[in-house]
Amino acid sequence: MGRMNGLVLSLGALGFGILYLPIIVMIIYSFNAGKLVSVWSGASLKWYASLLENDQLLSAFGTSLLIAIWAATIATVFGICIAIAFVRFGNFRSRLALSAIASAPLVMPEIVTGLSMLLLFISMESLFGWPAGRGVDTIIIAHATFGMCFAAVVVQARLRDFDMAIEEAAADLGATQPFIFLSITLPVIAPAVVAAWLLAFTLSFDDLVIASFVSGPGSSTLPILVFSKVRLGVTPEINALATVMILVVAVAVIGASWVLRRRLAARSPD
Amino acid sequence: MAPFIRLKFVSKSFADVVAVDNLSLDIEKGELFCLLGASGCGKSTLLRLLAGFESPTKGTIEIDGHDMAGVAPADRPVNFMFQNYALFPHMSVAGNVGYGLRRAGVRGDALDERVNALLKLVRLQNLGSRKPHQLSGGQRQRVALARALARRPKLLLLDEPLAALDKKLREDTQFELVDIQEKLDTTFIVVTHDQEEAMTLAGRIGIMDAGQLVQVDEPRKLYERPKNSFVADFLGTISFVDGVVGQRDKTGIALDGDLKIRAITNLDLAVGKAVRLAIRPEKICLSRTASTAPNQIEVVVEDLAYLGFATNYRVKTPSGQMFKLQQQQRRSNETPLSWGETGYVHFDPQDVIVLED
Ligand SMILES: Nc1ncnc2c1ncn2[C@@H]1O[C@H](COP(=O)(O)OP(=O)(O)OP(=O)(O)O)[C@@H](O)[C@H]1O
Ligand SMILES: [Mg+2]
Repeated sequence: MGRMNGLVLSLGALGFGILYLPIIVMIIYSFNAGKLVSVWSGASLKWYASLLENDQLLSAFGTSLLIAIWAATIATVFGICIAIAFVRFGNFRSRLALSAIASAPLVMPEIVTGLSMLLLFISMESLFGWPAGRGVDTIIIAHATFGMCFAAVVVQARLRDFDMAIEEAAADLGATQPFIFLSITLPVIAPAVVAAWLLAFTLSFDDLVIASFVSGPGSSTLPILVFSKVRLGVTPEINALATVMILVVAVAVIGASWVLRRRLAARSPD
Repeated sequence: MAPFIRLKFVSKSFADVVAVDNLSLDIEKGELFCLLGASGCGKSTLLRLLAGFESPTKGTIEIDGHDMAGVAPADRPVNFMFQNYALFPHMSVAGNVGYGLRRAGVRGDALDERVNALLKLVRLQNLGSRKPHQLSGGQRQRVALARALARRPKLLLLDEPLAALDKKLREDTQFELVDIQEKLDTTFIVVTHDQEEAMTLAGRIGIMDAGQLVQVDEPRKLYERPKNSFVADFLGTISFVDGVVGQRDKTGIALDGDLKIRAITNLDLAVGKAVRLAIRPEKICLSRTASTAPNQIEVVVEDLAYLGFATNYRVKTPSGQMFKLQQQQRRSNETPLSWGETGYVHFDPQDVIVLED
């Protein structure tokens, strides 16, 4: 048994090592003073400084941020609606079907999602003339659609153990349906809503594959730009940029789990 | 004048379950009415019909002279106190209590004043800023009560209001609830499956079974004059004797066979008819020696349980009839009967209940 445990532990350590070591090395080398990516020649923040001077990078960062914020917001609103339908309406079988429809995109290859989105936009353009070409708006739509499914899953988990009686109590005390949603339902599921938004945000901010399909000229997101630069060779500047991206995503993910955890702790009885 | 609440032939079915079955009931203004019944007999459903969360499949509900068909919960002069309180977890105690008042347009000082008065009524004046999860079970229960009373409903529906409290707290709260009800002169309908609670609280009790009201009466009447075996058995302990009417006179009957039990009744029972009698344990006397008392039967002690203030006995006649009885501890110098000993039970014909089924 002891030997077994040792084996399990070292395999786990190996897996995490392969996953995290390169990231750590990359972060360390982003502070490298020299121009070569693999030779350490003293610490410096110069690549971060040069990031700030790189207008192309800065504008891609801005585009990504704009897309992620819009996509996450739209995804969360739709996700809440889907989650409510999930938990509250219809019979068992229709809920099962809905749940399958909503969770399929979670495991769908991104290539498929990206390609089908592209086809949709092209045929829409030829049918109604909108969207004219591809750009920021098409990326937002594409990201919002697949982010919506993730948001729905997060919110419905919370709605499932929502006590319906508190909505009835509000109705009994004279509140109308929209007011009940705003004053009771939304505040109670707020942690899940925040978590869903942050999740959709990181998914959009990270995404390369789908964005590549539906982006157009002048709408390069950060991952698209990084990917195209890396093909010309990795520079320490890219290391610095990747480090910043890790930071943004980590803040979002840790923020999401912190909000959820804190609310759960507050809710558990005494 | 029409009664305050009138249910006429009300039924409610969910898919294949009939939760409330052709039920009629009148309740007067200012009453504290208890609905008592086993789990799943339709008590909550009946309350939800009155509150307007469900609409009846059949029948009509009138409150204060108005037909409630199609009237939304918010527009009924009714408030509901939920089985698990259903407090708003993200609002303070004062926020919870004031929610209904704010919906009614009460603001500012008037709002504070009314909220404070309500908190005082339920003795929570210092806890207004706490969140529900920072309260004990009993305090939550009182917040729920204050919140339900805030809009001064004409009718308050309470679904197992005390179920989540421990025994001691429950007993204290029962009296508080009655006090508040008397002070406000609001009609209360309280659901419970605890018979002792129903007896303590209610002016009248309705016993429910399978969606129907079996008997509606004052607690004493229900206990001493139950209509049928279900009610007799449901409330407290009782011994049943099945037999055939052997004699009939002006005031009562006597059984045929070896147990010639006499009972006072004005039910129309002819000689030869099968009948079921019932006797409460505290009405039966047990003694070592025979006397000339009526309804005296020789028995053997089968089982006994010493409770301190009294002793519960199970005794058996030579023909196999069981009686459950309770003997108060008296200062007599007669040593109490023990296992296997022979003695005599007797009871007043007045105390024998003749059941209708
Ligand atoms: N929304 C519903 N859908 C389907 N069946 C229901 C619904 N609500 C209640 N029932 C059924 O109706 C019956 C009566 O339920 P109800 O909640 O009124 O019981 P109760 O007397 O309040 O029980 P308890 O003491 O356990 O609270 C039960 O068989 C229950 O399963
Ligand atoms: Mg119930």
